[in-house]
Amino acid sequence: MLAALGLDSVEQLFDDIPESVRARDLDLPEPRSELTLSHDLAALAARNRVDLASFLGAGVYQHYIPAAVDTVLSRGEFYTAYTPYQPEISQGTLQTIYEFQSLIAELVGLPVVSASHYDGASATAEAALMTVRATRRDRVLISRAVHPHYVETTRTYFAAGTRELEELPTRADGTTDLAALESALADTDRPVAGVILGQPNAFGLLDPMAEAARLAHAAGALFVAVVEPVSLAVLAPPGEYGADIAAGEGQPLGIAPQYGGPYLGLLACSQKLLRQIPGRLVGRTEDLDGRRAFVMTLRAREQDIRRDKAASNICTNQALCALAATAYLATVGPHGLHDVAAAGAAAAGRLEAALADAGIERVHAAPYLNEFAIRVPDAAAVHAQLLDEGVLAGLPLARWYPDDPDLADALLVCATELTTAEDIDRLVGGLGEAIA
Amino acid sequence: MDLPESLRYTRDHEWVRAEDGEAVVGITAYAAEELGDVVFVELPEIGRKLTRDETFGVIESVKTASDLFAPVAGEVVAINDALGDDPELVNSEPYEGGWMVRLRLDDPAAADALMDAAAYRESVGG
Repeated sequence: MLAALGLDSVEQLFDDIPESVRARDLDLPEPRSELTLSHDLAALAARNRVDLASFLGAGVYQHYIPAAVDTVLSRGEFYTAYTPYQPEISQGTLQTIYEFQSLIAELVGLPVVSASHYDGASATAEAALMTVRATRRDRVLISRAVHPHYVETTRTYFAAGTRELEELPTRADGTTDLAALESALADTDRPVAGVILGQPNAFGLLDPMAEAARLAHAAGALFVAVVEPVSLAVLAPPGEYGADIAAGEGQPLGIAPQYGGPYLGLLACSQKLLRQIPGRLVGRTEDLDGRRAFVMTLRAREQDIRRDKAASNICTNQALCALAATAYLATVGPHGLHDVAAAGAAAAGRLEAALADAGIERVHAAPYLNEFAIRVPDAAAVHAQLLDEGVLAGLPLARWYPDDPDLADALLVCATELTTAEDIDRLVGGLGEAIA
Repeated sequence: MDLPESLRYTRDHEWVRAEDGEAVVGITAYAAEELGDVVFVELPEIGRKLTRDETFGVIESVKTASDLFAPVAGEVVAINDALGDDPELVNSEPYEGGWMVRLRLDDPAAADALMDAAAYRESVGG
C-alpha cells in the first residue's frame, strides 16, 4: 500500500502534523490478566457513592427509570449509539427516531423536532445560531439564569466571527430582568437576533417567558426557551407562550445521571424555521407499494452535502439516548409524566417547609418548581461535611457564579419523586447541626 | 440548449431579464437540469437590498443545495411565491413560471455587462 501511495514509510503519513503536537510514548501499565483487571476495575467502581441522599439537580435530574426502558435499549437491533448513515435499511431505528420527534413535539408544543443533539448545551448553542441565520442579525441576548454551562458553550460557538453574545442580568428575586431586556432590545443600531431564557431557570425559578417572548418579537427577534422536559408535563409548553425555538437537556427522560453524559440534546422549532434547524430529521412517507416507510429527510441542509454552508457542523444524533427517552415517555405516558413532575414539586414543597422550620431560608423570592437555592453560611464547607455524612446537599452556587457575592453562601437543592421523607430529615438535620 | 436570446446570463448559471429599471432573476435550464428535481427554493424578503454577488437564497434539489447569488445589485421588489407550493416550476419552465426574484436595479444598465446567450453557451461548453 505504501508503494501505491508513493511513500517510503507510515511515518510520512503524519508529516502534516507538527512535531510539537504529536503523541509521545504512551505511559501505559503492563498488560494484565482478565482476572486481575476485573478485580482492579471492581475496586475503582467501589469508590462510587451509591448510598447518598442526593439533592443535586443543577441540570441533571434523578428519576425512576422503568425496567422497560433498559429492556428496549439493550436489544441487539438497537444497541448502537450511532446515527444510521445508510438509514433507510434501518426502518426500526428510523421509526423510533420519528416517534421520539413526535413525542417531543407534543411535549414542547412546536411542530419541528430534530433527531437529537449531543446535550442541552450544544442544543442551546445551535438554537442561538438558528436565530442568527434566520434574522441575519448578529447579536443574541442570553439570560445569566440559563444554565452556565450552556452559556459557556454558546459563547464558544460565538467566539469566532462577528456574532455577539450578551448576558441579561437577573433581579433580586432570581428571575431574568425584563427591564434590562427591554433596554437591550431598544438599541436599534445593534438589532437582536434572538433572546434566550430558561424555564425553569438555572436557579430553579419560573421566568416570565410569555412577556419575554412578546418583547423579543416586538423587536423583530426570535425567542428561545431552554426547558427541562419533565417540567413540561405541568408547565406551559414553549409553543404556547410564543417561543420560536425550544432547546433543552433530555436526560431526565429515562437516562441515568452518569458523569458528563452521554446525554440528549433536544431541539424544536416552528414550521417557519424548518430549514434552519440543524441535524437529522426523520420523516414518514410511503414506498412504491404504498406501505408506510420512514426516511431521513431534508438532508441537503447537512454538512456531508452542503459543506461549509450547512446548518451545522454536526450531522449526527444521540440515537440510543433518544431511544431511551422514547421508551421512557411511551412507558410512563402523559399521566405518568404529570405524576412525576407533580411528585417532584410536592417533595420540593415539603423540603422548603422543613428547611424553613430549621431556620434555613430560600435565596430568591420567585416561584420554583422542584429546585431552589437556600442560604447556608459557609456553604462550600458545609456541603463537603455533609458529603462525608452521605448527604449530597445540592450544588454550591459559588461554583457557577464565583463573582456574585449574593450567591457565595447559596446551595441549589432539588427534589424529585425519588426524594424520601428520610432523605429530607437527613439533609435538614445535617444542615441544622452544621450551622448551629 | 434552451437559452433565450432576450436574456442575460452569469457564470453562476442565473439568467436576468432587464425591463424598465428592474430585473427578473432565475436559473438557467442547464442549471436546473444539473441540479435535478428541485424540492425547495428559499427566497429573500421583499425590501431587502442586495449587493452584486450577495447570497439571496438557496435552491435545494433531491441531491444538493446551492446558494443563489444576486447577479446585479438592487432591492427585492417581488418574489415568486408560487415556488413555495410548486418548486418543480424551476425544472419545468425555468424562464417563465420558475423565476425567483424581481429586483429594482441600483444601476439600470447593470445587466448589460452580463453575458449574452452565445457567451453563456460557450462558457458551459454547449
